[in-house]
Amino acid sequence: MRWFMPFRRRKSASVARDRLQILLTHERGADGQSDLIPILREEVLAAVAKHVSVDVDKVQVKIERGKAVSLLEIDIELPCDPESAKRRQRAPQATRPQRLAVSQAH
Amino acid sequence: MAQVVVVTSGKGGVGKTTTTAALGAALAQEGQRVAVVDFDVGLRNLDLVLGAERRVVYDLIYVSQGNVKLSQALIRDKRLENLYLLAASQTRDKDALTDEGVEKVMGELRSTFDWVICDSPAGIERGATLAMRHADVAVVVTNPEVSSVRDSDRIVGLLDAKTDKAARGERMEKHLLLTRYDPVRAGRGDMLNVDDVIDILSLPLLGIIPESEEVLRASNLGSPVTISTPKSAPARAYSDAAQRLMGMDVPMAFPSDRSGLFSKLFGRKAA
Repeated sequence: MRWFMPFRRRKSASVARDRLQILLTHERGADGQSDLIPILREEVLAAVAKHVSVDVDKVQVKIERGKAVSLLEIDIELPCDPESAKRRQRAPQATRPQRLAVSQAH
Repeated sequence: MAQVVVVTSGKGGVGKTTTTAALGAALAQEGQRVAVVDFDVGLRNLDLVLGAERRVVYDLIYVSQGNVKLSQALIRDKRLENLYLLAASQTRDKDALTDEGVEKVMGELRSTFDWVICDSPAGIERGATLAMRHADVAVVVTNPEVSSVRDSDRIVGLLDAKTDKAARGERMEKHLLLTRYDPVRAGRGDMLNVDDVIDILSLPLLGIIPESEEVLRASNLGSPVTISTPKSAPARAYSDAAQRLMGMDVPMAFPSDRSGLFSKLFGRKAA
Protein backbone atom coordinates (compact mmCIF):
# COMPACT_ATOMS: atom_id res chain seq x y z
CA MET A 1 0.00 0.00 0.00
CA ARG A 2 2.86 2.24 -0.92
CA TRP A 3 0.79 4.87 -2.70
CA PHE A 4 -0.82 5.88 0.57
CA MET A 5 2.57 6.78 2.02
CA PRO A 6 4.19 9.30 -0.33
CA PHE A 7 6.80 10.40 2.23
CA ARG A 8 8.11 6.96 2.91
CA ARG A 9 11.59 6.57 4.29
CA ARG A 10 14.65 6.25 2.03
CA LYS A 11 14.86 3.23 -0.28
CA SER A 12 16.82 0.35 1.22
CA ALA A 13 18.96 -0.15 -1.90
CA SER A 14 20.39 3.35 -1.63
CA VAL A 15 21.20 2.77 2.04
CA ALA A 16 22.92 -0.48 1.03
CA ARG A 17 24.96 1.29 -1.65
CA ASP A 18 26.18 4.01 0.70
CA ARG A 19 27.05 1.56 3.46
CA LEU A 20 29.02 -0.61 1.05
CA GLN A 21 30.89 2.31 -0.45
CA ILE A 22 32.10 3.50 2.92
CA LEU A 23 32.88 0.02 4.22
CA LEU A 24 34.79 -1.11 1.14
CA THR A 25 36.95 2.01 1.04
CA HIS A 26 38.18 1.06 4.51
CA GLU A 27 38.55 -2.62 3.77
CA ARG A 28 40.46 -2.02 0.55
CA GLY A 29 42.90 0.06 2.55
CA ALA A 30 43.26 -2.73 5.10
CA ASP A 31 43.76 -5.30 2.34
CA GLY A 32 46.64 -3.46 0.75
CA GLN A 33 44.62 -2.85 -2.44
CA SER A 34 45.06 0.83 -1.84
CA ASP A 35 47.76 2.16 0.42
CA LEU A 36 46.47 5.71 0.29
CA ILE A 37 44.90 5.85 3.73
CA PRO A 38 47.81 4.39 5.73
CA ILE A 39 50.32 6.52 3.78
CA LEU A 40 48.32 9.70 4.28
CA ARG A 41 47.89 8.88 7.91
CA GLU A 42 51.59 8.42 8.44
CA GLU A 43 52.67 11.50 6.51
CA VAL A 44 50.07 13.82 7.98
CA LEU A 45 50.96 12.57 11.40
CA ALA A 46 54.67 13.20 10.77
CA ALA A 47 53.98 16.73 9.53
CA VAL A 48 51.80 17.60 12.50
CA ALA A 49 54.14 15.96 14.97
CA LYS A 50 56.94 18.32 13.91
CA HIS A 51 55.06 21.12 15.57
CA VAL A 52 52.71 19.59 18.07
CA SER A 53 52.88 16.37 19.99
CA VAL A 54 50.09 14.15 18.73
CA ASP A 55 48.66 10.97 20.11
CA VAL A 56 48.80 8.37 17.31
CA ASP A 57 45.48 6.89 18.39
CA LYS A 58 43.78 10.27 18.04
CA VAL A 59 44.31 10.50 14.29
CA GLN A 60 41.61 9.26 11.92
CA VAL A 61 41.75 9.33 8.14
CA LYS A 62 38.64 8.62 6.10
CA ILE A 63 37.79 8.83 2.44
CA GLU A 64 34.21 8.87 1.23
CA ARG A 65 33.93 8.43 -2.50
CA GLY A 66 31.04 10.12 -4.24
CA LYS A 67 30.21 10.35 -7.92
CA ALA A 68 31.59 13.87 -8.53
CA VAL A 69 33.41 14.69 -5.32
CA SER A 70 35.29 12.60 -2.81
CA LEU A 71 35.68 13.73 0.75
CA LEU A 72 38.99 13.20 2.47
CA GLU A 73 38.51 13.67 6.17
CA ILE A 74 41.48 13.87 8.48
CA ASP A 75 40.56 14.05 12.11
CA ILE A 76 43.35 14.90 14.50
CA GLU A 77 42.78 15.54 18.11
CA LEU A 78 45.29 18.15 19.23
CA PRO A 79 46.13 19.28 22.70
CA CYS A 80 45.43 23.04 23.16
CA ASP A 81 49.07 24.14 22.92
CA PRO A 82 52.53 22.55 23.06
CA GLU A 83 52.96 23.53 26.70
CA SER A 84 49.79 21.81 27.76
CA ALA A 85 50.89 18.79 25.75
CA LYS A 86 54.00 18.56 27.85
CA ARG A 87 51.95 18.95 30.98
CA ARG A 88 49.59 16.28 29.71
CA GLN A 89 52.43 13.79 29.41
CA ARG A 90 53.19 14.28 33.06
CA ALA A 91 49.65 14.43 34.33
CA PRO A 92 46.79 13.69 31.99
CA GLN A 93 44.13 16.39 31.98
CA ALA A 94 41.22 17.34 29.78
CA THR A 95 42.17 18.87 26.45
CA ARG A 96 39.87 20.37 23.91
CA PRO A 97 40.09 18.53 20.60
CA GLN A 98 40.59 20.55 17.45
CA ARG A 99 39.53 19.26 14.09
CA LEU A 100 41.19 19.62 10.75
CA ALA A 101 38.96 18.75 7.85
CA VAL A 102 40.21 18.77 4.29
CA SER A 103 37.96 18.22 1.33
CA GLN A 104 39.20 17.31 -2.08
CA ALA A 105 37.43 17.46 -5.41
CA HIS A 106 38.42 15.37 -8.41
CA MET B 1 46.02 -23.58 -25.59
CA ALA B 2 43.10 -23.10 -23.28
CA GLN B 3 41.81 -20.04 -21.54
CA VAL B 4 41.53 -20.88 -17.85
CA VAL B 5 38.54 -19.25 -16.16
CA VAL B 6 37.90 -19.26 -12.42
CA VAL B 7 34.31 -18.85 -11.28
CA THR B 8 34.56 -17.35 -7.82
CA SER B 9 32.64 -15.19 -5.34
CA GLY B 10 33.85 -15.47 -1.76
CA LYS B 11 30.33 -15.93 -0.49
CA GLY B 12 28.60 -19.29 -0.75
CA GLY B 13 25.26 -19.91 -2.38
CA VAL B 14 25.43 -17.11 -4.94
CA GLY B 15 25.52 -19.43 -7.95
CA LYS B 16 29.14 -20.38 -8.68
CA THR B 17 28.39 -24.01 -9.47
CA THR B 18 25.27 -23.17 -11.48
CA THR B 19 27.30 -20.60 -13.39
CA THR B 20 30.21 -22.98 -14.02
CA ALA B 21 27.81 -25.57 -15.42
CA ALA B 22 25.84 -23.07 -17.51
CA LEU B 23 28.87 -21.22 -18.92
CA GLY B 24 30.66 -24.51 -19.59
CA ALA B 25 27.64 -25.90 -21.44
CA ALA B 26 27.10 -22.64 -23.34
CA LEU B 27 30.72 -22.59 -24.52
CA ALA B 28 30.46 -26.25 -25.55
CA GLN B 29 27.26 -25.40 -27.44
CA GLU B 30 29.37 -22.86 -29.34
CA GLY B 31 31.55 -25.74 -30.47
CA GLN B 32 34.38 -25.09 -27.98
CA ARG B 33 36.14 -27.94 -26.20
CA VAL B 34 35.44 -27.34 -22.52
CA ALA B 35 36.53 -28.91 -19.24
CA VAL B 36 34.75 -27.89 -16.05
CA VAL B 37 36.76 -28.60 -12.90
CA ASP B 38 35.31 -28.80 -9.41
CA PHE B 39 37.73 -27.47 -6.78
CA ASP B 40 35.31 -27.85 -3.89
CA VAL B 41 36.98 -30.83 -2.23
CA GLY B 42 34.70 -32.47 0.32
CA LEU B 43 31.61 -30.59 -0.86
CA ARG B 44 31.51 -31.33 -4.55
CA ASN B 45 28.34 -30.47 -6.39
CA LEU B 46 29.27 -29.70 -9.96
CA ASP B 47 28.75 -33.40 -10.79
CA LEU B 48 25.21 -33.19 -9.41
CA VAL B 49 24.30 -29.98 -11.23
CA LEU B 50 25.59 -31.55 -14.46
CA GLY B 51 23.70 -34.79 -13.83
CA ALA B 52 26.91 -36.86 -13.76
CA GLU B 53 26.92 -37.79 -10.06
CA ARG B 54 26.65 -41.52 -10.73
CA ARG B 55 29.45 -41.55 -13.25
CA VAL B 56 32.25 -40.21 -11.03
CA VAL B 57 34.95 -42.84 -10.52
CA TYR B 58 38.17 -40.84 -10.31
CA ASP B 59 38.55 -37.21 -9.34
CA LEU B 60 40.91 -34.23 -9.32
CA ILE B 61 42.92 -35.58 -6.38
CA TYR B 62 43.55 -38.96 -8.06
CA VAL B 63 44.91 -37.18 -11.12
CA SER B 64 46.89 -34.60 -9.15
CA GLN B 65 48.62 -37.36 -7.20
CA GLY B 66 49.42 -39.21 -10.40
CA ASN B 67 47.34 -42.26 -9.48
CA VAL B 68 45.32 -42.18 -12.68
CA LYS B 69 45.63 -40.47 -16.05
CA LEU B 70 43.65 -37.32 -16.73
CA SER B 71 41.73 -39.11 -19.49
CA GLN B 72 40.54 -41.74 -16.99
CA ALA B 73 39.08 -39.11 -14.67
CA LEU B 74 37.44 -36.84 -17.24
CA ILE B 75 33.71 -37.51 -17.59
CA ARG B 76 32.25 -36.71 -20.96
CA ASP B 77 28.83 -35.08 -20.90
CA LYS B 78 26.08 -37.25 -22.39
CA ARG B 79 24.39 -34.35 -24.17
CA LEU B 80 27.33 -32.25 -25.32
CA GLU B 81 30.27 -34.20 -26.69
CA ASN B 82 32.65 -31.23 -26.23
CA LEU B 83 31.94 -30.88 -22.52
CA TYR B 84 33.98 -32.72 -19.90
CA LEU B 85 33.84 -32.77 -16.11
CA LEU B 86 36.70 -33.29 -13.69
CA ALA B 87 35.01 -33.87 -10.35
CA ALA B 88 36.29 -33.01 -6.88
CA SER B 89 36.78 -35.67 -4.25
CA GLN B 90 33.92 -36.08 -1.83
CA THR B 91 35.77 -38.20 0.73
CA ARG B 92 39.34 -36.98 0.77
CA ASP B 93 40.70 -34.17 2.84
CA LYS B 94 41.22 -30.88 1.01
CA ASP B 95 44.89 -30.94 2.05
CA ALA B 96 45.38 -33.87 -0.33
CA LEU B 97 45.39 -31.24 -3.09
CA THR B 98 48.95 -29.94 -3.48
CA ASP B 99 50.15 -26.89 -5.39
CA GLU B 100 52.38 -29.05 -7.60
CA GLY B 101 49.61 -31.57 -8.25
CA VAL B 102 47.16 -28.86 -9.31
CA GLU B 103 49.78 -27.22 -11.51
CA LYS B 104 50.40 -30.51 -13.32
CA VAL B 105 46.67 -31.14 -13.93
CA MET B 106 46.05 -27.57 -15.09
CA GLY B 107 48.98 -27.81 -17.50
CA GLU B 108 47.53 -30.96 -19.03
CA LEU B 109 44.02 -29.52 -19.24
CA ARG B 110 45.37 -26.37 -20.85
CA SER B 111 46.97 -28.31 -23.68
CA THR B 112 43.85 -30.44 -24.30
CA PHE B 113 40.95 -27.95 -24.22
CA ASP B 114 39.88 -24.54 -25.47
CA TRP B 115 38.39 -23.59 -22.10
CA VAL B 116 39.06 -24.82 -18.57
CA ILE B 117 36.48 -23.53 -16.10
CA CYS B 118 37.34 -23.88 -12.43
CA ASP B 119 34.48 -23.91 -9.93
CA SER B 120 35.91 -22.34 -6.79
CA PRO B 121 34.79 -23.30 -3.29
CA ALA B 122 33.30 -20.52 -1.17
CA GLY B 123 35.57 -18.68 1.23
CA ILE B 124 39.04 -17.21 0.90
CA GLU B 125 40.97 -20.21 2.18
CA ARG B 126 43.36 -22.47 0.34
CA GLY B 127 40.73 -24.17 -1.82
CA ALA B 128 39.64 -20.85 -3.26
CA THR B 129 43.19 -19.62 -3.85
CA LEU B 130 44.13 -22.94 -5.50
CA ALA B 131 41.16 -22.63 -7.84
CA MET B 132 42.17 -19.11 -8.91
CA ARG B 133 45.96 -19.62 -8.99
CA HIS B 134 46.26 -20.66 -12.66
CA ALA B 135 43.40 -18.60 -14.07
CA ASP B 136 43.71 -16.20 -16.99
CA VAL B 137 40.24 -14.78 -16.47
CA ALA B 138 38.03 -14.52 -13.39
CA VAL B 139 34.25 -14.48 -13.37
CA VAL B 140 33.15 -12.91 -10.08
CA VAL B 141 29.64 -14.13 -9.32
CA THR B 142 27.73 -11.61 -7.22
CA ASN B 143 24.17 -11.30 -5.95
CA PRO B 144 22.73 -7.80 -5.60
CA GLU B 145 22.98 -8.02 -1.84
CA VAL B 146 25.38 -6.38 0.66
CA SER B 147 27.19 -9.46 1.97
CA SER B 148 27.76 -10.86 -1.50
CA VAL B 149 29.10 -7.54 -2.82
CA ARG B 150 31.45 -7.18 0.12
CA ASP B 151 32.80 -10.71 -0.31
CA SER B 152 33.23 -10.19 -4.05
CA ASP B 153 35.32 -7.11 -3.31
CA ARG B 154 37.48 -9.23 -1.04
CA ILE B 155 37.90 -11.86 -3.76
CA VAL B 156 38.92 -9.16 -6.26
CA GLY B 157 41.73 -8.27 -3.84
CA LEU B 158 42.85 -11.90 -3.73
CA LEU B 159 42.72 -12.21 -7.52
CA ASP B 160 45.14 -9.28 -7.73
CA ALA B 161 47.43 -10.76 -5.11
CA LYS B 162 47.35 -14.56 -5.08
CA THR B 163 47.29 -15.65 -8.71
CA ASP B 164 50.19 -16.66 -10.96
CA LYS B 165 49.21 -13.88 -13.30
CA ALA B 166 49.49 -11.30 -10.51
CA ALA B 167 52.83 -12.81 -9.43
CA ARG B 168 54.13 -12.29 -12.98
CA GLY B 169 53.11 -8.64 -12.70
CA GLU B 170 50.30 -9.06 -15.23
CA ARG B 171 46.81 -7.73 -14.83
CA MET B 172 44.18 -10.30 -13.96
CA GLU B 173 41.17 -10.02 -16.26
CA LYS B 174 38.07 -9.90 -14.07
CA HIS B 175 34.39 -9.84 -14.99
CA LEU B 176 31.29 -9.30 -12.94
CA LEU B 177 28.40 -11.72 -13.38
CA LEU B 178 25.37 -10.49 -11.51
CA THR B 179 23.11 -13.41 -10.61
CA ARG B 180 19.66 -13.76 -9.04
CA TYR B 181 18.80 -10.28 -10.25
CA ASP B 182 15.21 -9.25 -9.74
CA PRO B 183 14.41 -6.23 -11.95
CA VAL B 184 11.11 -5.61 -10.15
CA ARG B 185 12.71 -5.27 -6.73
CA ALA B 186 15.65 -3.29 -8.14
CA GLY B 187 13.19 -0.99 -9.89
CA ARG B 188 11.37 -0.40 -6.61
CA GLY B 189 14.64 0.53 -4.94
CA ASP B 190 14.51 -2.51 -2.66
CA MET B 191 17.48 -4.24 -4.26
CA LEU B 192 20.87 -2.93 -5.40
CA ASN B 193 20.58 -2.31 -9.13
CA VAL B 194 23.07 -3.19 -11.86
CA ASP B 195 24.73 0.24 -11.84
CA ASP B 196 25.09 0.23 -8.06
CA VAL B 197 27.01 -3.06 -8.11
CA ILE B 198 29.19 -2.08 -11.10
CA ASP B 199 29.93 1.23 -9.41
CA ILE B 200 30.89 -0.31 -6.09
CA LEU B 201 33.00 -3.16 -7.46
CA SER B 202 34.42 -1.30 -10.52
CA LEU B 203 34.37 -4.45 -12.63
CA PRO B 204 33.26 -4.79 -16.25
CA LEU B 205 29.92 -6.52 -16.57
CA LEU B 206 29.88 -9.96 -18.21
CA GLY B 207 26.17 -10.55 -17.79
CA ILE B 208 23.05 -10.25 -15.70
CA ILE B 209 21.30 -13.50 -14.85
CA PRO B 210 17.71 -12.79 -13.81
CA GLU B 211 16.23 -14.57 -10.83
CA SER B 212 14.25 -17.40 -12.38
CA GLU B 213 12.61 -20.65 -11.41
CA GLU B 214 14.24 -22.20 -14.49
CA VAL B 215 17.60 -22.19 -12.71
CA LEU B 216 16.35 -24.34 -9.84
CA ARG B 217 14.45 -26.55 -12.24
CA ALA B 218 17.62 -27.10 -14.24
CA SER B 219 19.62 -28.20 -11.22
CA ASN B 220 16.74 -30.44 -10.10
CA LEU B 221 17.05 -32.15 -13.47
CA GLY B 222 20.85 -32.24 -13.43
CA SER B 223 21.04 -30.25 -16.61
CA PRO B 224 22.64 -26.84 -17.15
CA VAL B 225 19.94 -24.28 -17.83
CA THR B 226 21.37 -23.58 -21.31
CA ILE B 227 20.57 -27.21 -22.20
CA SER B 228 17.31 -27.75 -20.31
CA THR B 229 15.52 -24.57 -21.41
CA PRO B 230 17.76 -22.79 -23.93
CA LYS B 231 15.13 -20.15 -24.69
CA SER B 232 14.55 -19.11 -21.07
CA ALA B 233 15.80 -15.72 -19.87
CA PRO B 234 18.62 -17.09 -17.66
CA ALA B 235 19.77 -19.48 -20.42
CA ARG B 236 19.95 -16.64 -22.93
CA ALA B 237 21.81 -14.50 -20.41
CA TYR B 238 24.35 -17.29 -19.83
CA SER B 239 24.77 -17.91 -23.57
CA ASP B 240 25.38 -14.21 -24.15
CA ALA B 241 27.90 -14.15 -21.30
CA ALA B 242 29.71 -17.15 -22.81
CA GLN B 243 29.90 -15.39 -26.17
CA ARG B 244 31.29 -12.27 -24.49
CA LEU B 245 33.97 -14.45 -22.87
CA MET B 246 34.84 -15.64 -26.39
CA GLY B 247 35.38 -12.02 -27.32
CA MET B 248 32.17 -11.53 -29.28
CA ASP B 249 30.43 -8.21 -29.08
CA VAL B 250 26.99 -9.08 -27.73
CA PRO B 251 24.71 -6.23 -26.61
CA MET B 252 23.77 -6.45 -22.95
CA ALA B 253 20.16 -7.45 -22.38
CA PHE B 254 18.94 -5.76 -19.23
CA PRO B 255 16.21 -7.80 -17.57
CA SER B 256 13.18 -5.57 -17.43
CA ASP B 257 10.07 -5.49 -15.36
CA ARG B 258 7.81 -7.47 -17.66
CA SER B 259 5.02 -7.98 -15.16
CA GLY B 260 1.68 -6.79 -16.40
CA LEU B 261 -0.68 -4.32 -14.84
CA PHE B 262 -2.44 -7.06 -12.91
CA SER B 263 0.67 -8.29 -11.12
CA LYS B 264 1.83 -4.72 -10.50
CA LEU B 265 -1.45 -3.84 -8.85
CA PHE B 266 -1.45 -6.95 -6.71
CA GLY B 267 2.26 -7.03 -6.02
CA ARG B 268 2.87 -10.44 -7.57
CA LYS B 269 6.43 -11.42 -8.34
CA ALA B 270 7.48 -11.39 -11.98
CA ALA B 271 8.28 -14.77 -13.48
